[in-house]
Amino acid sequence: MALLDVKNISIGFPSRHGMFVAVKDVSLSVERGEILGVVGESGAGKSTIGNAIIALLEPPGEVIKGEVYLNGARIDNLSAEEKRLIRGKKIGMIFQDPQTSLDPLKTIKQQLVESINLHLKLGRKGSEKKAFELLEQVGIPDPLIRMEHYPHQFSGGMRQRVVIALALCGEPELIIADEPTTALDVSVQKQILDLMRKLCREKNVGMILVTHDMGVIAEVADRVAVMYNSQLMEIGETKQIIGNPQHEYTKSLISAIPRPDKKVRRFPLVTYIEDVVERKDEFDVSTHWLGQSRDFEMKVADDGTILQLENLGMRFQITNSLFKSKRRYLDAVKDVNFNIKEGETFGIVGESGSGKSTIARMVTGLYKPYKGAVKFLGKEISAISHTPEVLPYRRQMQMVFQDPFSSLNARMRVMDIVAEPILFHKLAGSKAEAEHIVLDLLKLVGMSDDAYAKYPHQFSGGQRQRISIARALATRPRFLICDEPTSALDVSVQAQILNLLKDLQEELNLTMMFISHDLPVIRQMCDRVAVMRHGQVLELAETEKLFEDPQHEYSQHLLSLMPQLDMLQA
Amino acid sequence: MADSEMKSNSKWVQFLKGDLWYDFTRSPVAIVSFITMVVCLFLAAAAQWVAPFDIFDLATLELMDADLPPPWAGEYGEDKFFLGTDDQGRDIWSGILYGAQISVFVGLASVIISAIAGVSLGLLAGYAGGRIDSFIMRVADIQLSFPAILIALLIDGVMRGLLPRELHDELAIYVLIFAISISGWVQYARTIRGSVMVEKHKEYVQAGLVIGLPSRIIAVKHILPNVLNPLFVIGTIHLATAIITEATLSFLGVGMSPTTPSLGTLIRIGNEYLLSGEWWITLFPGLALVVLVLSVNIFGDWLRDALNPKLR
Repeated sequence: MALLDVKNISIGFPSRHGMFVAVKDVSLSVERGEILGVVGESGAGKSTIGNAIIALLEPPGEVIKGEVYLNGARIDNLSAEEKRLIRGKKIGMIFQDPQTSLDPLKTIKQQLVESINLHLKLGRKGSEKKAFELLEQVGIPDPLIRMEHYPHQFSGGMRQRVVIALALCGEPELIIADEPTTALDVSVQKQILDLMRKLCREKNVGMILVTHDMGVIAEVADRVAVMYNSQLMEIGETKQIIGNPQHEYTKSLISAIPRPDKKVRRFPLVTYIEDVVERKDEFDVSTHWLGQSRDFEMKVADDGTILQLENLGMRFQITNSLFKSKRRYLDAVKDVNFNIKEGETFGIVGESGSGKSTIARMVTGLYKPYKGAVKFLGKEISAISHTPEVLPYRRQMQMVFQDPFSSLNARMRVMDIVAEPILFHKLAGSKAEAEHIVLDLLKLVGMSDDAYAKYPHQFSGGQRQRISIARALATRPRFLICDEPTSALDVSVQAQILNLLKDLQEELNLTMMFISHDLPVIRQMCDRVAVMRHGQVLELAETEKLFEDPQHEYSQHLLSLMPQLDMLQA
Repeated sequence: MADSEMKSNSKWVQFLKGDLWYDFTRSPVAIVSFITMVVCLFLAAAAQWVAPFDIFDLATLELMDADLPPPWAGEYGEDKFFLGTDDQGRDIWSGILYGAQISVFVGLASVIISAIAGVSLGLLAGYAGGRIDSFIMRVADIQLSFPAILIALLIDGVMRGLLPRELHDELAIYVLIFAISISGWVQYARTIRGSVMVEKHKEYVQAGLVIGLPSRIIAVKHILPNVLNPLFVIGTIHLATAIITEATLSFLGVGMSPTTPSLGTLIRIGNEYLLSGEWWITLFPGLALVVLVLSVNIFGDWLRDALNPKLR
């Protein structure tokens, strides 16, 4: 008998537009000591299943049909009170964001003891002893001292360990982990995944691991369930699903994953996504407005250098004081030097807080450097911001932002968003001409013909990112900065956007600075890479050379943490 | 591209399909308060045509008609004065209509002036930050430490001292509007400033900066439209407060003069006769004020809840 058995479950959210079915006829089971990965893109319904099992569906969600059995006993038709007793005692839960899933006003000990006492009734001494053991098991050093601390005194990874300890308090038989490592850096992610797998095996606990990340699945899951559009597409052994997927959707999903092990020229076209529009090369860029010799003469240095960073440094004030000696600063970027050559894609990779975005913001002039200089085409543009003299230079560089949901003004139509830079810089003779150019730009980035009249909220994340790219291209830039352009997107959409960026670079002869925390993406996109940590460039090398033979210790460490998808077909 | 008619049409259709209209049709409280509010505002706006008597036309007043009770409540009442008359023979119902007109005008004008001043200052403070922000917000703090009534009394007193008496009565309405507006802008400024500070760190603002747009355009064209949502709610609730403040000031005798009475003035006049048994002179204007303010307030409350996704 399986530990958990979900039979033909359907979950719906009634609204005034009718019932929205988030999960349709899904059956799955979990054995003791087994990790079942539930993988899917946003909106696939994967989290909803987890929430339904533990009876924590967001209202007004409800189970429409189907049954859930835990140890052979039906649990979906119990009363609210009986369900409460199962939560924590029989089924534990690990949430995505360790910042918000702990109570900031209680010490770790108080939170653990409360849970333990509720479920196991061990008394105060017994509960404290148990809390100590749990913290030791999840790898918190010096548990006796640390358990008196408050959540904010722990780092993100340590906090997630505490959350795992909390989930283990009632000695549950099943744990549901909803994107447990998404908010964490790669190096921490690896440790947490290892810990989760170890605990599952040792305690003989079943686990449902909900994630969007195939790398995580490949790392820990025994079996995988692939969800798409509320339905279960495929379920099976991890090796088989990743190495030899049967269903069309799984095949295209797997093909969209950036390969860590070798560079491919393009991602295969993912056909299973609705919003994909095949780009038609209806106009020749060389004769079009976009490719015309522009009003700006590019004076590229003889060695092809287009952008130079010289001893660039940035510091932020973290505590202000009247006295100079008491002010404290954080050096976000320290003495960074590198050159970017015309036509290349220069990658910057690093974990959060390494200063990679700060560099992008200094290059575009959003931040004023604390020291050093940014030279674009030989002209220093760091010191002065938007004077008429610098404006033509600034126009040559544009930026694509990370979050497609906040990077477009929600109150403007797509037409106005993309036309604004053209009109502001007077790059078109008339408004009508500008509107014509916008339509061409939208076509160029693969948007459908009627997109211009809509508002941003009518588009999906990937489509918004395309609009964002169209806007960046509207000043006819030569240099494009992409700051984590795909980290907010699903993997199949990411593949499309990366393809688009590659195509555009080729057609328009763009130079790119590509910032990402994701090593496989960097490998697919970049010619040269700078590895950053704590505001410093530790290693700068050709991409292939870095991946094959990393020199710096930290680069070697980062590369070793990359999820290995060895079961991928060659 | 699309012509303006199609645009407005589709916006209207969008509104009818939207959640706000749906919630509205499902909420009896909202419907009743909205209809009451609209009826009140209409009657006030159309007083000249709706009222049976012109209370400003002294020729129509007869002292014989003074102090008549409502016909359904006393023996001496006359049918044409169905809410009775005051001490000068003016019809109470007509007085209420004209009075409400003045009250609503003062309320609306103060709301509009406060909103314009508050939004501009809030936008400036939130976007510019630094010393400009500190200065504007300290002024707002000082402003908040005086009750609105006190400021209004102060301004009225100063004006009384400066202006000759006849001129003062004529300008009383503008003094009132000024006094109420100056205490109302703070709320708008604080709300807008907070939203601006959130919006200005969003990526669409940074994209504007990277394009090279000047701050003026970013603040007005990009940030402003994104922070105006709360304005409707504050405005509606502020309208109720402004009408009450006006009535209070007029009741205290520093507002509208008895020759051009607002609701507050009517209540004050009637108050003097209350002890001699002529209750209708003060009761009906009072009821009118309650109905008007309550409907505006309840509708404003509903609007705030309906527009706040957290309370859904």
